[in-house]
Formats: sequence, structure tokens, C-alpha cells
Amino acid sequence: MEAAAIEVQGVHQTFASAAGDVVALEAIDLSIAPGEFVCLLGPSGCGKSTLLNAIAGFARPTAGSITVGGKRVTGPGPERGMVFQEYALFPWMTVRANVAFGLEIQGRPAAECRERVDDLLEKLGLREFAGRYPKDLSGGMRQRVAIARLLALDSPVLLMDEPFGALDALTRRSLQDELLRIWAAFRKTIVFVTHAIEESIYLADRVVVLTYRPGTIKAIVPVALPRPRDPSSVEFNELGRRLTRLVMAEQDRFQRAEGP
Amino acid sequence: MRGTPARRALIRLVQAVTVPLALAIIWEVLARRRWVSPQALPPPSQIFSRWWEGLRPAEAFDPAKGGYLRWLVSGEMVGDMLASLTRVLVGFAIGTGLAIPLGLLLGTSRIAYRLGHPLLEILRPIPPIAYVPLAIVWFGLGNPPAFFLISLGAFFPVLVSTIAGVRNVDSIYLRAARNLGARGATLFLRVILPAAAPQILTGTRVGMGVAFIVVIVAEMIAVNSGLGYRILEAREFFWSDKIIAGMFTIGLLGLGLDTAMELINGRLLRWHRSLEAN
Repeated sequence: MEAAAIEVQGVHQTFASAAGDVVALEAIDLSIAPGEFVCLLGPSGCGKSTLLNAIAGFARPTAGSITVGGKRVTGPGPERGMVFQEYALFPWMTVRANVAFGLEIQGRPAAECRERVDDLLEKLGLREFAGRYPKDLSGGMRQRVAIARLLALDSPVLLMDEPFGALDALTRRSLQDELLRIWAAFRKTIVFVTHAIEESIYLADRVVVLTYRPGTIKAIVPVALPRPRDPSSVEFNELGRRLTRLVMAEQDRFQRAEGP
Repeated sequence: MRGTPARRALIRLVQAVTVPLALAIIWEVLARRRWVSPQALPPPSQIFSRWWEGLRPAEAFDPAKGGYLRWLVSGEMVGDMLASLTRVLVGFAIGTGLAIPLGLLLGTSRIAYRLGHPLLEILRPIPPIAYVPLAIVWFGLGNPPAFFLISLGAFFPVLVSTIAGVRNVDSIYLRAARNLGARGATLFLRVILPAAAPQILTGTRVGMGVAFIVVIVAEMIAVNSGLGYRILEAREFFWSDKIIAGMFTIGLLGLGLDTAMELINGRLLRWHRSLEAN
């Protein structure tokens, strides 16, 4: 069997707060295969973003280890590209400069950068927007640029933190399709955080349901449906009901703990 | 419909000048009928002619004495304007040139902040004007104390906003940049600095405003040229018209400086979101 792309072993994450220590993650074991698309699903406070941040290297787990591509994660790095809900494009750079930034840091020759960036802008339908600033783009366009920025670096792993959460339903669906196309074309391993059940079924090979505080893995649900998936199909809806039951139990715990 | 754009612009112009014009007419009438002392409040027409007198060259154009441009700016008030402008720009450049690097250091380095910030908080509330006696003791009279005071006026607003700008950089940009592999000098120059730029530039605009206040004060005290000097000199002769004409020029110069700062900032920050509305 092929080595895992991402190996999470016994990860605990504790945060100090005014009310005492909060256990955000407890005993997380998760193995993700190369090229796999995994969704982390759960209500607010279940630690799904915390887990993603730990994989990205932004936060060091209190205990346990995370290895990506056989290397222990000790800090952020371009081999684990992150897509944020807030886009996090640099507003002072044009679309082209945003996409080229990572390559320039690596000190690649200018000609190579230009060629690569042009190619990506073309593939993501951003060519006409190359000279614009992020403020002049729609949310969907901005998120495309954020993805292009990571594709430029050839990150084998994409970590996505509710990337389409701020988009309207139609834009969201078209970006989901686009992401699936990118995933298949560029053979990425994707960890995708969401609280939208339908989105997780539409996208993922496996859906990892997390529990509300402390965050543990409640269930791992494989989605064996062929793509493109039809959200109105019987199988899709059966999975939807099952995941809804799992997630809503945690949502209830969340509401009892923090109020509606 | 509210008419063509040209017509609307005309209406706006009429609205803008109505109040000042009405006040000027009332003032003119009051002064001419001697309801107020002409010493206290000379009529606007007299002020304007005094203003124009200061603006135009005193002598007829004589090619033997130099070029046309030189003649054109030979009016007394034009000379004062240039003197004040030069002073404020030099002082501003010194103050900003010191404040921005220092602010970047204090904003970036936690240890520098802890060491430097308390002192800054003690010195900052002292108005630049309060440094006048010390400036004279240190530098005597002339341009040096003026430059010192003006640069001090620009220094603190720029320093404070630079520190705040760097410290308030949205962590999402830092996270994204680190994720893309940026660190050290690259992170600072290409992410932190531009992210802090809007706030730094707001500080420079405030700093320019303070520098402009201080240049007028400094000229009243330390030097023998400039608009501040000229209106204080006019007081010795009780030339109220010249005082008010000078104040008017000071206002115009201040407006010009602020507009220039706004244009430069807008140009530098054309990517910035809050400028969209303009």
C-alpha cells in the first residue's frame, strides 16, 4: 500500500482560556491517502479548523504528531497550501502579482514565473483579470486567485478552510465543480473544512465528522458515489440524512453549551 | 431628471459660494458704513487689493535682473509662501524620515516596543510649541530651530501611526504569506510594509497638518521671512488688511498641501478598498 500523504497520530490540542483550559482536539488519528479528497465536517467549536491549522503548521499540537509527505510538520510551508475563507489575497498586489508571489519567493527565474503564471491564469479563467486588484473582483474570482496562487507553487496538499462559505449558492456550486476539475487535473490531496453537509457529500471521497468539544472523530463516512454527483439522487440524500443525524447531535451539544 | 452634468456642476458651484459671498457682502457693508472699526475689520475689498499687491511683482519686468519666472515670483507674499513651503517640506521630510524607520522598528520588534513605547508616551503629549524655548536655547534663531520644531510636529503623528499600522497588520496576510514560504525581509518588505501603508500614509497627512501649524508659529518667533513672520510684522504697523490677507494665503497654502498629500496617498493606495467610493 502507498504511504499516506497526511498522517495525523494521537493529536491533542489544548488552549488556555479565561475559563480554564479548553480541549479543542483529543486523540485524533487520521490517515489520508495521496490524491484523496477529505472533508472535515462538524458544528462550530468542533475543532475542524484547529485540525486544519495544525496540519498547515500554524499551530503546534499539544501532543501527537502530524507528518505530510513523510515529513514532520513543524511550521507553515508551501507544500501545504492553505485557502482561507477570507481569501487572504494581498490587496496591494494585482492578480498576476498575487499568483506570482510564491514563485518569486522561491527565486525562480522571471521568465519561468511569467510562463507558469500565464498558464494558470489561462486555466482558471483569470487571464483578463491579471492586471486588476483584488478589490475589483467578485468573491468567486478572488477564491480562484487564491487557488491559482497555490497551484503556482505546485503544493501537493491543499488545505481549505471553508473556502466557499462566503459565496452565494450558485457561485459556490460552480467553484465546487471547478475545484473538482482542478483536483482531478492536478492530482492534489485535499483537506476541506466545511459545516455544509451537502457540500461535503458533493466533494469528498470521505467525510470525517468531528464531535463538539473536545473534538474527536465521531465517524468517517466514505462517499462512494460516482462523480459528477447528483444532489437530488436517492443515494446522495440517504447519505445526507445519515450525516445530518451525526452532525445535528453535535450541534445540539454545541447549543446546550454555548446557547442558541 | 436633474439636468445635465454641466448644469448640476454649476448649481453645486453656486451653492458652494453662496454663504462665503453673502458673508463677504455683509462684512463689506458693515465696514464701509463704519459700523465696525476699520482697524479691527477692514472691508474685504481692501483686504483683497492688499492681497493682490503682495502677490504681484513689485517692479516692472526688467530682463537685466533675471528671467521672467524669477520676476513673476518676486512679489513679497510669493516669496514668503515659498519660504514657508520650503521650511515645512524640509521639516516634514526630516520628521517623517526619522519617524517611519523608527516606527517600523518599534512596530515589528516586541523588545524595541517595550523599551521605546513608554518614553514615547511621555514625550508625545508635549505640544511641539512647548519646545520653542528649548529650540531657541539649543539652536539660536534662524532656520535651525524652525526645522527642529517643524520636524518634531510631523514626527509624532507619523511615528504613532507607523507603529500602529505595523502592529495592526491583519494576521490573515501574515498567515497566507508564511504559508507561501515568505519570511524575514521578504515578509517585511512585501507584506507587512504594504499592509501597514494605509495607516502610515494617514499619519503622514496628519503630520503634514501639524508641521504646517508649527511652521507658522516658528516663523513668528525665530526667523525673518515666511507667512508667519509677515503677519506678525504687519501687526506692528496695525495693518489689519495685510494680516488678514496673509491669513488667507496661509489657508490656501494649507489647503494646497493637504490636497497634495491626499493625491499622493490616493495614488500610492490605488489598490485600497476604502478609496473605492471616491
